[in-house]
Amino acid sequence: MNENPDIQAHQLLDNLSLYYGPKKKFVAICAGTGCRASGSLKVKEALEAELKKQNMNEVDVLATGCLGFCEKGPMVIVHPDKYFYQHVKVEDVPEIVSKTVAKGEIISRLVYRHPETQKTLYREEDLPFYKKQNRIVFGQNGMLDPSKIEAYFNIDGYQALAKVLSEMTPEDVINEVKKAGLRGRGGGGFPAAVKWEGVRRAHGEPKYVIANGDEGDPGAYMDRSLMEGNPHSVIEGMIIGAYAVGSNQGYIYVRNEYPLAVTHLTIALEAARQNGLLGKNILGTNFSFDIHINKGAGAFVCGESSALFASIEGRAGEPRAKYVHAVEKGLYDKPTVLNNVETWANVPLIINKGADWYASIGTEGSKGTKIFSLVGKINNTGLIEVPMGTTLYEIIYDMGGGIPNGRKFKAVQTGGPSGGCIPERLLDIPVDFDKLYEVGSMMGSGGMIVMDETSCMVDVARYFLEFLKEESCGKCVPCREGIRRMSDILEDICSGRGREGDIEILESMGAAIADGSLCALGGSAPNPVLSTIRYFREEYEAHIKEHRCPAGVCKALITYSIDPDNCTGCGVCVKVCATQAITGEKKKAHVIDKDKCTRCGACIQSCKFDAIKVK
Amino acid sequence: MVNMIIDGKNVSAPKGSMLLEAIRGAGISVPTLCAHEAVSRSGACRLCVVEIKKGNRTRIVTSCLYGVEEGLTVNTKSDRVLNVRRLVMELLLARCPESDLLQKMAKDMAVEPQDRYAVDTDKGKCILCRSCVRVCEEVVGVSAIGLFSRGSYKEVGTPYNEKSDVCIGCGACVYVCPTGHIEMTSTGDKRKIWGRTFKMQACEKCGKFFAPVDQLKFISKKTGVPFKELTTCTECR
Amino acid sequence: MTNVTEIKQKTKQIIKKHKSNKSALIAVLQDIQEAFNYLPKEALKTASNMMKVPMSRVYEAATFYTAFSLKPRGKHIVKICKGTACHVRGAAILQDRFETTLGIKPGETTKDGKFSLETVNCVGACALGPVVVINTDYHGQVTINKVDKIIKKINNEEGAQQ
Repeated sequence: MNENPDIQAHQLLDNLSLYYGPKKKFVAICAGTGCRASGSLKVKEALEAELKKQNMNEVDVLATGCLGFCEKGPMVIVHPDKYFYQHVKVEDVPEIVSKTVAKGEIISRLVYRHPETQKTLYREEDLPFYKKQNRIVFGQNGMLDPSKIEAYFNIDGYQALAKVLSEMTPEDVINEVKKAGLRGRGGGGFPAAVKWEGVRRAHGEPKYVIANGDEGDPGAYMDRSLMEGNPHSVIEGMIIGAYAVGSNQGYIYVRNEYPLAVTHLTIALEAARQNGLLGKNILGTNFSFDIHINKGAGAFVCGESSALFASIEGRAGEPRAKYVHAVEKGLYDKPTVLNNVETWANVPLIINKGADWYASIGTEGSKGTKIFSLVGKINNTGLIEVPMGTTLYEIIYDMGGGIPNGRKFKAVQTGGPSGGCIPERLLDIPVDFDKLYEVGSMMGSGGMIVMDETSCMVDVARYFLEFLKEESCGKCVPCREGIRRMSDILEDICSGRGREGDIEILESMGAAIADGSLCALGGSAPNPVLSTIRYFREEYEAHIKEHRCPAGVCKALITYSIDPDNCTGCGVCVKVCATQAITGEKKKAHVIDKDKCTRCGACIQSCKFDAIKVK
Repeated sequence: MVNMIIDGKNVSAPKGSMLLEAIRGAGISVPTLCAHEAVSRSGACRLCVVEIKKGNRTRIVTSCLYGVEEGLTVNTKSDRVLNVRRLVMELLLARCPESDLLQKMAKDMAVEPQDRYAVDTDKGKCILCRSCVRVCEEVVGVSAIGLFSRGSYKEVGTPYNEKSDVCIGCGACVYVCPTGHIEMTSTGDKRKIWGRTFKMQACEKCGKFFAPVDQLKFISKKTGVPFKELTTCTECR
Repeated sequence: MTNVTEIKQKTKQIIKKHKSNKSALIAVLQDIQEAFNYLPKEALKTASNMMKVPMSRVYEAATFYTAFSLKPRGKHIVKICKGTACHVRGAAILQDRFETTLGIKPGETTKDGKFSLETVNCVGACALGPVVVINTDYHGQVTINKVDKIIKKINNEEGAQQ
């Protein structure tokens, strides 16, 4: 710590024109992967063109990362008033520019309308989706163009690093993170500071610092949105962590299904290097650290720490027995800190605002906030960030807006393939690391899949086992052989070949697989099965004893028929049926041949008169 | 030395050794399939699991890879342990119904086949213990065979299932394989293994065919000993 | 069809870019996959020789990760998202439709080399579920109708090019 890095950091800021001061006009549009898929880039181009056309060159268009309310994309937020427009099309752009940007006038057809009160709400912070959130980490996305480091400087980016390098020793940093109570956000919930301390004390050089961006849980895309939308928060966190443990080499392991995240991280790393924040002699000190990006290659198991290390080392992603921890022998058998992307993103905040502030959010055992993905049968699909301790009910109903199409909530699946399903009677549980374990699930990386009465819980268990069967590395017997046998039994049950005693066999196998597997993939594989048996046993019994699927999902156990009262004989279903199972005269009620029908669902999707019934 | 309590008995073991050796040294039997003295440990079969207690925490660990620790309490026959071993045997019996070794082990452990599992007919006797791959890599040093694909599609063999250019026909893999899955046939001066036929070297003294020419050439290259000094079988030396 | 010399040359370039570092094997394979749309045997042999990694190790990595294909893939790679959110919104129905119409199962390529079908576990666009990604284009809220339209459109484009 020679030249005062604090001064250098301030100098960097002074040398740049501030992008977005509080009164400045600009238009933010979400350009995360989800909104891009809805055409937001075309809207962005239209905005840029229109502003130029209307001679408003001082108004910027800010293409941000994910803003969270994915259901309403493409979304546009007009600053400084923060007017929120949803489902914006290219055709809407001229009006947005001439009315809202130029004169502050609201366009009512583009505003959010409360589904029950029909009240229009036009500021982002007023929307029920956002109201109860506490977006200390994720909220930064709204102010950032992820490809411009200057935008990150503008929201005090790298101030934490400057503070660390000029005022704090590595032990100070570890103590601050310890006081804050930061626990890993990837699923393990292990206290981050304890991990860091372990590596600091361990013998062996070099030491490594790694961000786990493998985010394999289907339905979870929080890390994706952080890496895409605010890559510098992750990088800054890693540099601070590396300083704390004494590491000079870091890695970010990103799923290869996230190409935009890789692009934005690459841009961010290069910008950080150019500004003396990464590489040799960071901010003029004698601390050097750099980061390399490794892309995954399609293996869920590589989210597991020792499999991730194997992948970085250039081998098949097979885990190792973890009796010696990664903090002692991790990557290349050297002391390694592996933390989730979201965990790293929390670190600059803790340094900037202090451990006491951080620890004031959340519960006794789980401090801070957590970003969740709220998906499935839910009105407001998207990413939310809430203080630990928020209840499932608040998340699903207050923020999520409840279940669409007037259907009834059935279960919420948390923790991905390692987690379990939680029924309605337990919705008052506060969400934190420990409470969800008690009811047979876990927080995992933060995926929350909401299900309604048209979801079959046995099918859900079957689905997860099939997923895990494909993703098992195949090294150990309980996982490789056990999961596929469990999967076969679930397949039987869903196809009407279930036998008396199957539930008991699944329970017994589940316990042994959980105990006997080499890593957490196998170790937690039985969870979805065991939790659905625990809370929805009657559904299993209906499948096995009565060959009946109450939710109407399992193809072998349902029949399609046409309700002659609703059928208008329009013939649309006949055209889409792949097996020619539907016959009938024009304008007369049609009939489905049950022997030819494969219950593929094409007719139901195309019928406009709700004439096809499932039993 | 490190002191532990194993199945109620006081046992001492040298620091740095594994629980498996400590337990067997105390006269308690532990089944294993993937541990072989010639190669490093992998912890893949899970048969050697035991229940350990440290303070308040109990855990199931594989004794082949868990190092001895002062004050550890070990239970080699708890319900959890026996359940895991039973499951592993049931699963392996279903995978390799023709293996004599597995049938004997199951009988010794009082495990019956689980008829809810349909038996496999395409896995031969391979239990994927990976001893063959390890010996080829660690002892022989040519890495001719590997474990390809993942999950239940995993299988052992040569790349593309084709003749391996680097295989020296030494048969070390056959030697360490616990179930006899790997085929090696010898007829006259030829040995066939992994789809490749090797010419065998006849011993100078007794005339017996004792090793593939390629293996001797490999040893010669590796050690610098001239080829013609290697053409005597071990018995005649 | 690229010939063996071209494959070897391109592979050598890729390996040089990664400084023949053994640890970079996965990244090398990714670049080879990108260059040839699959992993040619000659490329793997070249990698094994240049990087001094046993062929069995290279093949282990090539067969372990689903991002890699040992057979040439189709021009239009259809990836059906099988994430939980998409599953719950009916992704299985779409998979059925693609399978029936194209006559292939996931992991296979149509005989004319036009389509490859794959399933992928969550692309992170859950609000748009069920999602189908074709090469780099994301299609959201896909219905059976849309599946039929997509296949028709691609077939028409291919026809027009000929």
